[in-house]
Amino acid sequence: MLAKEIERAGIPTVYVTSLPTVATMIGANRIVRGPAITHPFGLDEAERRRIVERALTMLETDVEPTTVWEVEE
Amino acid sequence: MRAVHYLNQFFAALGGEDKAETPPTRLDGAVGPGRGLAAALEGVEIVTTLACGDDYFAEHEDEALAALLVHLGEIEPDVLVAGPAFGSGRYGYACARVAASAAERGIPAVAAMHEDNPGVAAAGFVVPTAVNVAGMRDALPRLGALASALASGRELGSAEEEGYLVRGFRRNYVAEKTGAERAVELLLAKLGGETRTEAAGDLDRVEPPPRVADLSSALVALVTEAGCVPQGNPDRLPAVRAQGWFRYDLDGAQTLASGRYESVHGGFDVTLANEDPNRLVPLDTVRGLERDGRVGRVHESLYTTTGNGTPVVVATKFGQEIAGELRDAGVQAVLLSGT
Repeated sequence: MLAKEIERAGIPTVYVTSLPTVATMIGANRIVRGPAITHPFGLDEAERRRIVERALTMLETDVEPTTVWEVEE
Repeated sequence: MRAVHYLNQFFAALGGEDKAETPPTRLDGAVGPGRGLAAALEGVEIVTTLACGDDYFAEHEDEALAALLVHLGEIEPDVLVAGPAFGSGRYGYACARVAASAAERGIPAVAAMHEDNPGVAAAGFVVPTAVNVAGMRDALPRLGALASALASGRELGSAEEEGYLVRGFRRNYVAEKTGAERAVELLLAKLGGETRTEAAGDLDRVEPPPRVADLSSALVALVTEAGCVPQGNPDRLPAVRAQGWFRYDLDGAQTLASGRYESVHGGFDVTLANEDPNRLVPLDTVRGLERDGRVGRVHESLYTTTGNGTPVVVATKFGQEIAGELRDAGVQAVLLSGT
């Protein structure tokens, strides 16, 4: 809901979550799937860097509503 | 039982656009589409038609409503019926306001219009119609049936059963079959090609804002629903069902160091998160990208709450409040983490 309301205010927002289905249902638009509930940005710095980079790229992209991106290994 | 029918100047046969400035007018009995409506009513008679010009209503809404309510107060009908207004914006809005004002005063009321008519949001009970008057014949029986039900005072069933537009309320009832049986029925129906639901999803959608044109000059904020707070949780953010959100100054911190930050989220095991809170809010990585020039600047406020057992309406309020602060601060992009 935070993602949706912040985007409603016109600020592009990427939501990193391991539960993209829920995020889609509530209407978040820019969603990146994180690896786990307990650590959505991964465990180590390299993995975190990949996820953050993916999220930033999504902020730089025009998307359809409720788009979900995976992070490449 | 007695009904009052609201029409605009055109349907009340007072005239076309040249009579759109007609103030509220009281006519005896059924007029125009009211005759067809009368045939569709069960045990209800249209005793009075109230008509008003669309422009008059739009330009003098308070006076128009006041005059119409005086008439309603004198007549004391069992139901007020407004329209059908089809796709007409001014007429639909007037129907909606008249119906809602009657309902506020305890007079059951229903309006009829196309589902995209801007009046829908203000109207209360709305019977959907086609977009133009060609849908009159189809609309009147359904409008008559719901108006009769409202006049009778019986408890109404669901929007689907009674033929009105969903109003966004949920009401408890005792079902004849268990949830498991109903779920299997829905599944079988879906396999048969018919998708039905008992709980229509949240239809409120937001268009994605356009992309960030230049992230290397953008102010980027970190927001989290993962319950990240300074060690010791000084403001006592609840682990579940948060009543609010907090803003913490990052003070130039380059990382969310273990021992300085922790998660109090009650919905998952926070052991891994508390070993390294950057696993929930990647401040260290984003700071590195700030130094590299990949992102312009990191907003020095971290926004946090626990997204755990939070009702949608409460979470929406948090979102609106945080969004307002971010906008005021000139934030151009947000990295939000949830669990």
